[in-house]
Amino acid sequence: MSARDAILERIRSHRPSGEHPLPESPDFTRPSGDVQARFVERLERMGGEVLPPDGSGDMLAPLRTRLAAAGRVCSAAPEIEGNVDLDAIARPHDLADVDISVARAAFGVAETGSVLFTEAELRVNAMAYLAQHLVVLVDPADIVESTQHAYRSPLFHQARYVACHSGPSATADIEGVLIHGAQGVRSLTVVFVPRSDASLR
Amino acid sequence: MSGPPDSHTVIGGPREPQPRGAKVRPGWPIDQSEAADRFIAAPRHLQNHDTRLWTLRQNRDRIAHGIEEWEELRELASQIKEHTLAHLDHYLEMFEANAKANGIHVHWAADAAEHNRIVHQILDEHGARSLIKSKSMLTEECAMRPYLEGFGIEVIETDLGERIQQLDDEDPSHVVVPAVHKLRADVAEVFSKTIGTDPNNDDVHYLAEQQRETTRPLILQADAGMTGCNFAIAETGTFVVCTNEGNADLSANVPPLHIASIGIEKLIPRIEHLGVFVRLLSRSALGTPITQYTSHFRAPREGGEMHVVLVDNGRSERLGMDEFWTSLKCIRCGACMNTCPVYRRSGGLSYGATYSGPIGIILDPTFNRTKYSALPFSSSLNGSCSNVCPVKINIHEQIFAWRRVMAETHEIPLMKQAMMKAAGELLSSPALYRAAVSGADAALRTLPKFIVYNRLNTWTRAREMPKAPDHTFHDWWKANREKTEVQP
Ligand code: SF4
Repeated sequence: MSARDAILERIRSHRPSGEHPLPESPDFTRPSGDVQARFVERLERMGGEVLPPDGSGDMLAPLRTRLAAAGRVCSAAPEIEGNVDLDAIARPHDLADVDISVARAAFGVAETGSVLFTEAELRVNAMAYLAQHLVVLVDPADIVESTQHAYRSPLFHQARYVACHSGPSATADIEGVLIHGAQGVRSLTVVFVPRSDASLR
Repeated sequence: MSGPPDSHTVIGGPREPQPRGAKVRPGWPIDQSEAADRFIAAPRHLQNHDTRLWTLRQNRDRIAHGIEEWEELRELASQIKEHTLAHLDHYLEMFEANAKANGIHVHWAADAAEHNRIVHQILDEHGARSLIKSKSMLTEECAMRPYLEGFGIEVIETDLGERIQQLDDEDPSHVVVPAVHKLRADVAEVFSKTIGTDPNNDDVHYLAEQQRETTRPLILQADAGMTGCNFAIAETGTFVVCTNEGNADLSANVPPLHIASIGIEKLIPRIEHLGVFVRLLSRSALGTPITQYTSHFRAPREGGEMHVVLVDNGRSERLGMDEFWTSLKCIRCGACMNTCPVYRRSGGLSYGATYSGPIGIILDPTFNRTKYSALPFSSSLNGSCSNVCPVKINIHEQIFAWRRVMAETHEIPLMKQAMMKAAGELLSSPALYRAAVSGADAALRTLPKFIVYNRLNTWTRAREMPKAPDHTFHDWWKANREKTEVQP
C-alpha cells in the first residue's frame, strides 16, 4: 500500500466519535468610521510609515524626491519609473542590490494595517523582500475594513501567490529587542495615491 | 518574531554561562526537574526568560480583551478544527486534488524517515546542494537537518532565533521564539565562534545586522528553499505561512525550487476560515494583531517548481486516542508555554523534546512513552494553559490523563511512584478531580486544596509553595504574579 493510502486508511479507522458539524462563520466586522485613519494607526503600530503629501497637489512628488536620492530603484507600479528594468530580470537574484522597491497594493486592510500583493502587483515576487526598503502605493478606496473582509477577495482563489505585509520585516528574537529588517525589507512606507487608469486591473 | 522591546536589566558580575537542556540517557525517562533546577540556578537567564514570556502573555491578554468576539472566535476555531479532524481523509483528498490541479507536486510521508527521504530525493533530482529554510517544528520533529547534512547538503535556517540555535547546535526551546532562553551575551559568544563577530560586542542591533549580512549571500546562492505551513486550505489547495521576518517569502521566492513540509493536521476547509485563525494566531502568540507576513501559496510561480510533503508521523494514530485526539487542533502559537509557571522557570530545553511546555507534555508521550513518561508531572495543573489556548484544547486535563496512563502502563519512574500512591485516592475519584479542573473560575476556587496540599503536585512542591496559605489560591496567584512571576 502506498503511504498515501495507508495514511488515509488509518485516518478512517481512527475517526473520532461524535458529529462535529462545520459551524457557520459569522461576520464580526463593525464599521470603524474612518477606514483610512484606522488603517494608518494600525500600520504605524506594525512598524510601517506613511509618506505624507507635500501640498503641491502631486501626490507622488514626495516619493519622487526620495527616489531621486536613492541608488537602485525597482518599480512594478506604472506610476513610478525605476532604474532597474523588471522585464530584464533573468533571476530574482538580479534584484539583490536594489535599494527601494515600489509596488501597488492589490488592497489594504484597516484592522491590521496590512497591504496585500499578488504576483501581478510584484511581477517578480522577490522584489518585495530582497530590496532594502519597500514603498507601497495604496488607493484609499481599496482599503477593506477587516481580516474577514479581506478573505472574501477572489484573489485567494485566482492568484498563485498572495502576500499580506503588515509593516516591515521584524524580529525580537534576542532578548525581546525589536529590530526591523531581520532578513527582508528594513522599512515599509505607504503612499496614498488613487489608481491611475494604467494600473486598473 | 516581533514585539515591543523589553527593558533589559543588567545584573553585574561575570558572565553567567547558559544553562543547558535535559540530559538524554538512552532508555531512561527525561528528568525535566533536574534540568529545571539548573535553569533556576542561573538567575539572570531565569529572570530574562520569565519576564520575556510573561510580557508576551500580558500582551496577549491586552489585545484579546480588545476584541469583543474573542471567546466566540476561540469556540469557532475549536469547532472548525474538530470538524476537519473528524473528516480529515476527505479534506486531505480535496487539498491534494486542488494543489495538483494548480501544478503543485504532492507527496505523502507516513513517518519522519519517509519525509526526510522524499525531501532528499527532490533535492537530489535537482542537483541541489544547499537549502534555505524558514522555521518549521515539523522538520525539527523529523530531525531533517542532520539527515540532509549526512548527504553533504548544506541547510541554512533563516529565522534569526532558529539560526542562533542552529549555529549553537541546540534545539529550539520555544515554538515561536526559538532562542528565548538565551541572553545577548550567549548570542554574542555563539556568533563570535561561528560567523566571526566581535566577541566583546553584545549589542542586539549589531548581532542582528551581522546575521543579516552573513545569511544573505547564503540565501542568494541557495539551490532550493523550504517552508513549513501554518494552515492548508482544502478548497483551494493553498498553504499559508506566517512569519515576522519575511524569511519564508525569501526562501520561497528566491530559489527556483520550493518545498513545503505540512503536518496533516494543518488542514482547514475553506479560505474564509482563515478569517478566524489568522485573527487568533499572532494575537495569542505575541499579542500583535497579525504576523508581519502572512503568505498564501496556491501555485508555483512562473518558471518555478513547488512540492508539498504531507506528513503523518504518528498523527493518524493520535486521532484514534479518545482522550488525546483534540491535541491535533494545536496551531503552535506558544501561548500555553508563555503562561505556564513551570515552563517559564525551566526553559524549553529542559523537556528534552521537540515540543515543550504544556503542549509538549501532551504531544511528546505519543512519540515515545517511556522517554517522556515523567513529563506529565512537570505541571502545576493550574489550568492557565487551557484558558489561553486559541483552539480550546483541554491541555491540563490531558496532562492529568497522561499521568493516569503512565500509572496504568507502569511507565512511572521510581522517583514518582510514592507520589502516585499518595495520589491514588484522587485518581480513583473522578468527581473530585473534575470539580478541581473543570474550567477557569471553578478551578481557581477549588484548586487550593488540590494544588497546594496534594502530593500530586510534584513540581511546585519543591519550589514555590507558600508555607501556610490560609487565603485562597486565587489570592495567592494574584499576589505572587507580580512578585514571583514577573520578577522572580
Ligand atoms: S496547545 Fe493551544 S496554546 Fe498551546 S501552542 Fe497549541 S494552540 Fe497554542
